[in-house]
Amino acid sequence: MNTTTLALIELGAILLLLGGLGRFAARIGMSPVPLYLLGGLAIGYGGILFGRDLNPMTHDSELVPFQDISEFTHLASEIGVVLLLLMLGLEYSARELVTGMRASWRAGLVDLVLNFLPGAVAGWLLGWGAAGAVVLGGITYISSSGIIAKVLGDLGRLGNRETPVVLSILVFEDLAMAVYLPVLTALLGGLSVAAGAQALGVALLVVAIVLVVGLRFGPQISRFVASPEQETFLLKVLGLALLVAGLAGALQVSAGVGAFLLGIAISGATAHSARDLLEPLRDLFAALFFVLFGMNTDPRTLPPVLGWALLLALVTALTKVATGYWAARRAGIGTAGRWRAGAALTIRGEFSIVIAGLAVTSGAMATDVSALATAYVMSLAIIGPVLTRYADGVGRAAARRQSRLAGAQTASGRTADGRTAGGELSLD
Amino acid sequence: MTVYETPLPGIGSRKEIELRDGRRIGIVSHRDGHTELIVSSLEDPDACVASVPLSHEEAASLGALLSAPRLVAQLEDEHAEVPGISTRQMVLASDSPFVGEPLGATRMRTRTAASIVAVIRAGTTHPSPGPEFLLEEGDVLIIVGTGEGLRRAAEILSL
Repeated sequence: MNTTTLALIELGAILLLLGGLGRFAARIGMSPVPLYLLGGLAIGYGGILFGRDLNPMTHDSELVPFQDISEFTHLASEIGVVLLLLMLGLEYSARELVTGMRASWRAGLVDLVLNFLPGAVAGWLLGWGAAGAVVLGGITYISSSGIIAKVLGDLGRLGNRETPVVLSILVFEDLAMAVYLPVLTALLGGLSVAAGAQALGVALLVVAIVLVVGLRFGPQISRFVASPEQETFLLKVLGLALLVAGLAGALQVSAGVGAFLLGIAISGATAHSARDLLEPLRDLFAALFFVLFGMNTDPRTLPPVLGWALLLALVTALTKVATGYWAARRAGIGTAGRWRAGAALTIRGEFSIVIAGLAVTSGAMATDVSALATAYVMSLAIIGPVLTRYADGVGRAAARRQSRLAGAQTASGRTADGRTAGGELSLD
Repeated sequence: MTVYETPLPGIGSRKEIELRDGRRIGIVSHRDGHTELIVSSLEDPDACVASVPLSHEEAASLGALLSAPRLVAQLEDEHAEVPGISTRQMVLASDSPFVGEPLGATRMRTRTAASIVAVIRAGTTHPSPGPEFLLEEGDVLIIVGTGEGLRRAAEILSL
């Protein structure tokens, strides 16, 4: 058999496996991402197929799994990241982002501080240096807007009053990514903190310019990309996305951010048809990205970091609940809604893996990062949606306890004002 | 009636009105065009007791059902001074013999002296439909006539 036929067989087998895993995930109503990672773990370095006599540090070339398609899967997973971020940008219009930011910047900052710090501290305690702290902070900070929107829709909560609060925090996070990724790229590239600050400045400037251009010239850009035939439209959008991503990468702004900003600039009907057209491509390439990430993670590096991952998952689940609770309370949402908002935000997913993937491919980080990120994302991508489902019951029970307590206090001669204050205190 | 619109970034928008009992009722319109009917809970005003995805057709039919009584009331008002004449709305059921038939086939005026003054379909009102107007399942027919005429009209349509 020549290498091409071997490559076809290997690629086919991987896609078939992913299809089966995705089907299983859909049947039990969860996101496929954790299962793709798990599949990658199983078939990759040190997995069940290639587990014997393999030193994870010096991948013996004789035993490299799926060697015939390694070049393809590497490029495919890069395209996967570009498409993930392009689709994220297409979800929003510049106007939505600006109004969302205006509504949520306070909650967004609270979210950033509460959820970036635990990861950063853990990275520092693990001795991964400044870059490691920034990587792990990003991994614990970014919630999965994709999985959250899906879960809220499935639970019939899109009409709830706390949902806009959750969504606007996600808008803030997604925009924060556009600033964070260039800084991360600079730090991982071994540049100094000063260069990191410079990258931050450039990134902020670029984001501001794209938002202004998107607001002013959104229709013109959309018209330039638009095309009556699906075929040419697909080629134009994809070509432009890869070109912009490549240029952004060359300018050290990070490829993904370029695609994300392009997605923001495209709006209206063009964005709608681009989403429809690119969705299957995104699903294919993103799945390859996740499985490759899992394959490059040696399962034998998992046990040492498992404790850290679970501890971090626990702490950052609590900090996300606190963020959501606080933000919803500020927006005048009742007790049950605050718990629902908090629980929804605990879901982490694809973008934590994107960040970890950048860290690993840069080669500047210990391979433990990918093991830690895998365990962390797998736990919160699975537990988060479950928490969200049951937050309603927990929140209602809390609200009942609160009103009971308030009732008792009124009985002992409290005023109406004291009642609400007393009720809220009992909960904290 | 005030319609409150809230943007849902990345999803679409929520449009709702507030009912007398304090509940919210409205729709979530997704950017991909489909609609979800939402009704908020009495117990927890932030949450929804119902959240029902509707197709274009379903949403339009529901809209027709909800708006028909108002049209009937308006017509009633207009001929209030004519005693013995009233207006009714009738929904063309799927088992009606006139589904897919032109309006003329009902020979409504000849047989009952009642007239079909409007047809509401998919949220649009078709006033004074001619005999060639093709009836479809779920059409809401607005019929004006005497009490006896309307009773017979109902029989003919559902036969």
